Amino acid sequence: MSSQDFLRRMPEASHALRKPVGIWQRLHIDLPLLVMLLVLTAYGLVVLYSASGENGHYIKRQSVFFVIAYFAMFITAQIKMQVLQRWAPWFYGGGVLLLVLVIFFGTGAKGAQRWLSVGGFRFQPSEVLKLAVPIAVAAYLARRLLPPGLKHVFVVLVLIGVPTVLIMRQPDLGTSLLIAASGLIVLFFAGLRWRYIGGAFAAVLMAAWPMWQFVLRDYQKQRILTLLSPEADKLGAGWNIIQSKTAIGSGGVDGKGWLQGTQSQLDFLPESHTDFIIAVLAEEFGLTGVLMLLALYILVIGRGLIIGLRAQDTFSRLLAGGITLTFFVYVFVNIGMVTGLLPVVGVPLPLVSHGGTSIVTLMTGFGMLMAISTERRRLTI
Amino acid sequence: MHRVVVAAALVVGLLSILVARFYNLQVTHYTDYVTRSDRNRVHVLPVPPTRGLIYDRNNVLLADNRPSYTLSIIKERARDIETTISVLRELVPISDADVEKFRKRLRQRRRPFEAVPLRYRLTEEEIARLAVNEYRLQGVEVEAQLVRHYPHGELFAHSIGYVGRINDRELAAFDEEEYGRYSGTHTIGKVGLEKQYENLLLGDVGNQNVETNARGRVLRVLERTDPIPGKNLQLFLDIYLQQVAFEALGERRGAVVAIEVQTGGVLALVSTPSYDPNLFVTGISFKDYRELNESLDLPLFNRSLQGQYPAASTVKPMLGLAALHHKVIDTDYKVRDPGYYQLKGDDRLYRDWKKRGHGRRVDLLQAIAESCDTFYYDVAYKMGIDVMSPFGRHFGLGSRTGIDVPNERRGIWPSREWKRRARGLPWFPGDSLNMGIGQGDVLVTPLQLAVMTQTLATRGQRSRPRLVQAVGNRPQEVQTVGKIDVNEEHWDYIYDAMEEVVHGRRGTAQRIRRGASYRMAGKTGTAQVVGIAQDEKYDSEKLAERQRDHALFIGFAPAEAPRIAVAVVVENAEHGSSAAAPIARKMFDAYLVPQEVGSGSPEDSYRPLRRSIGDVATANSELGRHEL
Repeated sequence: MSSQDFLRRMPEASHALRKPVGIWQRLHIDLPLLVMLLVLTAYGLVVLYSASGENGHYIKRQSVFFVIAYFAMFITAQIKMQVLQRWAPWFYGGGVLLLVLVIFFGTGAKGAQRWLSVGGFRFQPSEVLKLAVPIAVAAYLARRLLPPGLKHVFVVLVLIGVPTVLIMRQPDLGTSLLIAASGLIVLFFAGLRWRYIGGAFAAVLMAAWPMWQFVLRDYQKQRILTLLSPEADKLGAGWNIIQSKTAIGSGGVDGKGWLQGTQSQLDFLPESHTDFIIAVLAEEFGLTGVLMLLALYILVIGRGLIIGLRAQDTFSRLLAGGITLTFFVYVFVNIGMVTGLLPVVGVPLPLVSHGGTSIVTLMTGFGMLMAISTERRRLTI
Repeated sequence: MHRVVVAAALVVGLLSILVARFYNLQVTHYTDYVTRSDRNRVHVLPVPPTRGLIYDRNNVLLADNRPSYTLSIIKERARDIETTISVLRELVPISDADVEKFRKRLRQRRRPFEAVPLRYRLTEEEIARLAVNEYRLQGVEVEAQLVRHYPHGELFAHSIGYVGRINDRELAAFDEEEYGRYSGTHTIGKVGLEKQYENLLLGDVGNQNVETNARGRVLRVLERTDPIPGKNLQLFLDIYLQQVAFEALGERRGAVVAIEVQTGGVLALVSTPSYDPNLFVTGISFKDYRELNESLDLPLFNRSLQGQYPAASTVKPMLGLAALHHKVIDTDYKVRDPGYYQLKGDDRLYRDWKKRGHGRRVDLLQAIAESCDTFYYDVAYKMGIDVMSPFGRHFGLGSRTGIDVPNERRGIWPSREWKRRARGLPWFPGDSLNMGIGQGDVLVTPLQLAVMTQTLATRGQRSRPRLVQAVGNRPQEVQTVGKIDVNEEHWDYIYDAMEEVVHGRRGTAQRIRRGASYRMAGKTGTAQVVGIAQDEKYDSEKLAERQRDHALFIGFAPAEAPRIAVAVVVENAEHGSSAAAPIARKMFDAYLVPQEVGSGSPEDSYRPLRRSIGDVATANSELGRHEL
């Protein structure tokens, strides 16, 4: 089994040879990842400028977020993995506590209670859980014998389930599913047996009907129905999908040109600077621009997986894989939603959509990847 | 290791699905989505044509289009009508009546996405205030429109009429083509020339392809087909004559119609009291309308072509001609007038207006000059209905004149058949007597009187009266209706008699000849409003003002070569000689005597108007009027 191979190769080697340490190494920066992220964020700003209707204000705000986010990444990159692993339970417990506080003191809008307000500063505790859950799962599993037995799988599912249910009740179905996914991805990287995975799929399929009947709220059902037939409600719920598909399709191969997208510039496209920003990109830069963006994402994801492969210990390996694949899930869910493949859930396009919290969370995650990546380099193999 | 590979494969696999999806949207269905995106942003908007202008004969502008800014709401785009209205009311003054009218228009049938006006005539400041708040006002538009304007207000209300908003009924009556023609136009001619010449005045709608944003705001024009403006109309009407008639009638209720003898062109068409047609253009307020509609003076009623009055003695010259023509009498025929007339075997006395009669030997000339009723009772009896009825019809009595203004009335010029149909009774000799002095069942409109006068002045050549002289640059042809052949001597005799009315020593209208530089021919008339019992004496002081006699006058001038024919009716003014004839004299003067600007003419009050007409007009009119 490959996981056994992995265990066998687990380096006990504090005696390893030291290579001369470079400047990036010392700063705990993974240069290829940093370059990719910089290119990606720059590309994102170019698209955002057009998507926001040439609004300098958005660009300024977004740039400030990026500065904060890169700073957060840099700080996170300095954390030692052992420390993170030790702090994981507290991190996780604090996050869940915040979610409980939201139930009692939270604020929000449109029938959802998602925010905590502390001294005029508002934030979503669910963002914390986006990192806390994979860290907690990785920390728990790293100390067990892998692949995990049924008992440990059960504990992990509880770890994932508690915040997922709390967030689902806010209600914020999209975020809760993404958080569940981030935990399950770690479980997957820990070598969860295929028969468990197969069994889970079968269970989900069987649970689908009671979910639809008893759990999903009307607006959530509406989103799914809208996905299935957007034409049914042209001015209402289907509007977003119709307009985004029109924007993307009319972009063609070469696009209409920067700032020339009629769908986005004439306000037919809703949420053009946030969740639906890829439609702006697709309209103005065409298939070419889309492929460039996807290529950048694939490079980032590839680099993340490589960092995971070369990770120092089980915790780092699981965490790197979890962060990377979660990032991909965000990308896939967002683009799938905008192109009409998935229901509309409020997921921003990572590093491109306007919005501070998501960027800071993502870059903190990349900070961890950098920490993992540069920790490895102290040792030689 | 194995799990990372699985993950990588999963990533590549799912990304391939996304790429395939983009390929499907952007390459396979590219054309579909381009069409969709164009349909989203490109809209065809109608461009309304400019309505044709209306000028008088001197090129004075009578109906104009003025830019006006209108605040409208597009229901389909406004989030919520009620909140939108209340936000708007904070910004600009909007009365309850405006809102009420808006709701009414909203309920009416209309095209989708058609802007429904809420307030007209925004000021610059109001436009600015709305512009500043534009972001709060979804579905609200400030449109610049050309709105019909009548610079001379009530002066032409009864001839030109007015346009008003297209109502439900009119919209429902449109066929497919008209529906298109009116797609950018909110108003339609309702009354008068505006209604009659609607087709010519309207023009043809243009259109433009515009790019709009999702909220429907027009961002740029991509392509444009210009509308074809409506045709301009040039009228026979003369603003100067119109004003003279209007001011001469003053506070009285009445009508004046003046016709150019040679062409049948209507020089003046006045009915008083009048109203301001501008009130109707953008929708009259309920209060204003009620005031107009409920006024006892009936300002909305067009007396000149809808008012039906007994013709009274104004028909005497025409009936005298009939008697001569049919050889019922000759010019030597004389009647003894004791002040009444009696039919054989009938006790009833048919009274003359002059209690003691006009003398022992009244001939036709004297009968016309002094308006002797007894003479006409006798002649009418001798002629009978079968002579009078067809002869009067030659002069246009009892039928519509065919003027190019809608809704004229036909009056009544009786015949045996008419009486049987209308009253279910045979024709009695007494009916002929009443008809002989233009009373009884006889009813005429002032316009019919003018046409009759014009027919007299042309020796029997009746033409169809018209207001429009030229459409665009194309002059309209004169339309003659019929010619009656009567011996020249008879004409001359009747002309002499009519001249005698004005210029004779005992003529009923002799007062108006003073200071005239030309000779006139005319006939007075005094029409009874209430029947007077046999033994009762008519006492004007006892009668309520509205039951007093109507004063009438018809005439043409110059007598030897007539150029203008005039009919005047003044309601309840009692005597044609004192109330109606002087108005006709003023009309003759205004048309025939060159008016010097600032020359101290008696009509001092018209001077400012004269000046405003401009040099060309003055030159024109002077050229025209010096020919005398």
